[in-house]
Amino acid sequence: MTYNWDFHSVWQFYDLFLYGLWISVLYTIGSIFFGVIIGFATCAARLSRWWMFRTIARIYQEIFRCTPLLVQLLWFYYAFPLLVGGSIDNRVAGMLTLSLYVGAFYAEIFRGGIVSIDRGQREAAAAIGMSPWQSMTRIILPQALKRVLPSFINQSVIQFKNTSLVSVISVADLAYMAAVVNGQTYRPLESYTVMAALYILMLLPLTQAADWIERRLRVSD
Amino acid sequence: MTMNNHTDASVIEAIALRKSYGTHDVLKGLDLSLTRGEVVALIGPSGSGKSTFIRCLNMLEIPTEGTIRFRQKKVGDRFRDNGEEIGIGTLRRHVGMVFQHFNLFPHKTVLQNVTEGPIIVCKTSKREAEERAMDLLAQVGLAEKHAAYPNHLSGGQKQRVAIARALAMQPEVLLLDEVTSALDPELVGEVLAVIRRLAEEGMTMAIVTHEMAFAADVANRVLFLDQGVIAEAGSANDVILNPQNPRLQAFVARFRG
Ligand SMILES: Nc1ncnc2c1ncn2[C@@H]1O[C@H](COP(=O)(O)OP(=O)(O)OP(=O)(O)O)[C@@H](O)[C@H]1O
Ligand SMILES: [Mg+2]
Repeated sequence: MTYNWDFHSVWQFYDLFLYGLWISVLYTIGSIFFGVIIGFATCAARLSRWWMFRTIARIYQEIFRCTPLLVQLLWFYYAFPLLVGGSIDNRVAGMLTLSLYVGAFYAEIFRGGIVSIDRGQREAAAAIGMSPWQSMTRIILPQALKRVLPSFINQSVIQFKNTSLVSVISVADLAYMAAVVNGQTYRPLESYTVMAALYILMLLPLTQAADWIERRLRVSD
Repeated sequence: MTMNNHTDASVIEAIALRKSYGTHDVLKGLDLSLTRGEVVALIGPSGSGKSTFIRCLNMLEIPTEGTIRFRQKKVGDRFRDNGEEIGIGTLRRHVGMVFQHFNLFPHKTVLQNVTEGPIIVCKTSKREAEERAMDLLAQVGLAEKHAAYPNHLSGGQKQRVAIARALAMQPEVLLLDEVTSALDPELVGEVLAVIRRLAEEGMTMAIVTHEMAFAADVANRVLFLDQGVIAEAGSANDVILNPQNPRLQAFVARFRG
């Protein structure tokens, strides 16, 4: 049996694919941006001297690391509004969930980097009179962030793939648009192959860049 | 009127210093006063509390009990000065420390390692800080390495940079904790030479060392720490060359090789 490939009828809807791709990129960049902020705050809380902060941060992290992202999206979109009595825009729910999800992982990456720095560094900074803030921002963080850059990029690449889940709450990302095109053309093989190809096209350069950066960092160490 | 001339001239002072980790009493009530220009060597067996003691002097370890006084003022428990009490930050700005494992900042060049303190802590202008740093690097024989990163240096060179980094803060006291212990034997001399010159120039120093000959040579006073107390104190001649205390005799004999 031979299949009659017909990319032409699918590619008529290229603007839908491109729009979906744009939305996926937007959600990736947006959730990375908010995730970094959440990650830093959570990391600071984890390293705080007050156990309240440490505990709250830890609970948040475990909740988001130990439930599937899909479950989180469904919960924030369908369950959370009932809890607070109202409704939530699917785009807001999508961005919020993605950011909280990746923030929990970023926090762990940042924390791992910071605690991996030899304590002699902090002592040397303190010994020349630096405040804890100066020591953190000028001595510890630059070294820690450099060390975790590969893991950070890796997590961000995964995040791009994770955005495809927002399609289940009807955010019009690439995966959602592929389904729309399929509905128009009844060409699932082509529709979903184009979708997959677009993901590869976006992610391949990123994973290559990540490998390259990792190799370079290893050399300079 | 002051009651005690000795106290009056002291730059840094530890009074009835105690330090415990849990139930483990590491320092059991130590007193020490360093007068300007004095070089004190601390010797003693491993685990006797030498590092803990010297690290209490710049509050890298917070004493469990007792006081540190700097320029005759009590050092408080805050980073900033607080009324009559000197802040920990202020103390550290004027009391430099050199570590056994150098602890240079690996992401900064040799020059940046030396200028970091003056620029960030003392708010010295970059230009002035760099001029002074180049001067110090020349003094420790490393001017031509100013653009190198620490991991391209030998151990002896790293330690000389670390000394320059501490000196860049123009400290009144320098604390050195076994600064040659991590070095290959052939590199020890170049670091000791730098310290010896500092002693001649009148730098006030507390030096933890296992180099008995060096201690005997540069120190005005030698303290033998044993099990958390100063078991013996006196001139190098008394403590190292003619020890009386049997534990001290055994200790010194071991290091005479
Ligand atoms: N952070 C800490 N927590 C618990 N115990 C500690 C800590 N730091 C030091 N100690 C203990 O305090 C004692 C004294 O340690 P210290 O490092 O001051 O000895 P030292 O005289 O410098 O020895 P060495 O010659 O080996 O450097 C040791 O028994 C050590 O195990
Ligand atoms: Mg020690």
